[in-house]
Amino acid sequence: MHEMSIVEGIRSVIEEAGRAQGFARVTKVRLEIGRMAGVERAALDFAFDVVMNGSIAEGAALEIIDIPGKALCFDCEKTVEIDHRLDGCPLCGGARLLVQGGEEMRIKDLEVL
Amino acid sequence: MCTVCGCGGHSVEEAFKDHLKKTGQEAESHKPAPFAVLAEPPKGAVHSHNHTHWHTHADGTSHSHPHNHSHSHTSGHAAAEAEHPHGEGHDHDHAHGHDHAHGASCGHDIHLGHGLAGTEVPGMSQARLVEIETDILSKNNIFAARNRKFLAQKGIFATNLVSSPGSGKTTLLVKTIEMLGGAPLGVIEGDQQTTNDADRIRATGAPALQVNTGKGCHLDGAMIEQALARLPLPDHALLFIENVGNLVCPAAFDLGEDAKVAILSVTEGEDKPLKYPDMFAAAGLAILNKVDLAPHCDVDLDLYEANIRRVNPTIEVLRVSARTGEGMQAWLDWLAAGRARKAS
Repeated sequence: MHEMSIVEGIRSVIEEAGRAQGFARVTKVRLEIGRMAGVERAALDFAFDVVMNGSIAEGAALEIIDIPGKALCFDCEKTVEIDHRLDGCPLCGGARLLVQGGEEMRIKDLEVL
Repeated sequence: MCTVCGCGGHSVEEAFKDHLKKTGQEAESHKPAPFAVLAEPPKGAVHSHNHTHWHTHADGTSHSHPHNHSHSHTSGHAAAEAEHPHGEGHDHDHAHGHDHAHGASCGHDIHLGHGLAGTEVPGMSQARLVEIETDILSKNNIFAARNRKFLAQKGIFATNLVSSPGSGKTTLLVKTIEMLGGAPLGVIEGDQQTTNDADRIRATGAPALQVNTGKGCHLDGAMIEQALARLPLPDHALLFIENVGNLVCPAAFDLGEDAKVAILSVTEGEDKPLKYPDMFAAAGLAILNKVDLAPHCDVDLDLYEANIRRVNPTIEVLRVSARTGEGMQAWLDWLAAGRARKAS
């Protein structure tokens, strides 16, 4: 259930940016979420609608930009793309992979009025 | 869409072409002019665009700064100047959600602001795009960075103990405190309700502070900052933060600790690291606890370790029984090494 906390984090960043930059309405929020960020999209969508109620981003569209997972294979020592934390190395089949990307959770930009 | 003033767009394409013609611009020439135009603005032709950048630095501080640039419309508004009511050097400050009246002032009567709320302007339209480029958890990270700085100044080695409920975090801590025999330390206990855990720690004589999160499923940086303000800790002490028993959410929230220590008891099943990989991926040390129960539970300790390392190849693993004391010395050595590193 930490999608709720995540969206509360988004709300506070948006409202702070709104105060700092003088916009009063947000119509679209674009996030970059890594495949291994541990975020459930359906839960995020739901939490977004609930938490943004009454904020300057109420009713805003939520767009999620998918960031692929990246890992260093300890066996072949190559950086490879993976979908899940437990995936094997697509090149050598090695099982020991150190995740190096795909854990991002960022607010990229906002469309505001 | 006109990339300079934001006018135009799908439904007003023809009018937009008119606008370009009237203001003497080709689509190609409607581009930002060099900064030099700032010094001497040509009559009625300078648009000052104010994009604000708001970002968070690695050290956790965030700020916004204006990013101004001016553009000149190449051949100017000379022809249209008579009907250009706001004359010289008009400023369009997009930062204030100003409806861009450029079209109207050029005599086209295009009120683009009205189209924004409707559906006629597709995609990003002329609404202002604000770059945020900020970690969603940046608020938490700011607190965590402050905690980390505070702990570094005092040379305090802090561990964030994470596990499912019932893996034996508090028993491990009580045993650890007993074996440390009066070494300076403090404990922050996170639970949803009750002060039971802090009471158990205080019974050993060590200072402990209970943080009840209410409905919260994890401790966050702000809670730890508050707790640190109330918990007296001498320099070079050990700080143990016992997180809320939850193998999911605490993985995402940095508290400013030196390492997360994931505790897994042998009764939980060898595949637990595979089922809840995020926590083991985030931890620097895994403690396989209650190993005294292993013979009764038909479990394979090597498989436990292999699964932990499959999720996190660089993690250290210790086999411990807080009840019998088996493996406790290795854990104390790990703590001592951490404290020595932090103090130097």
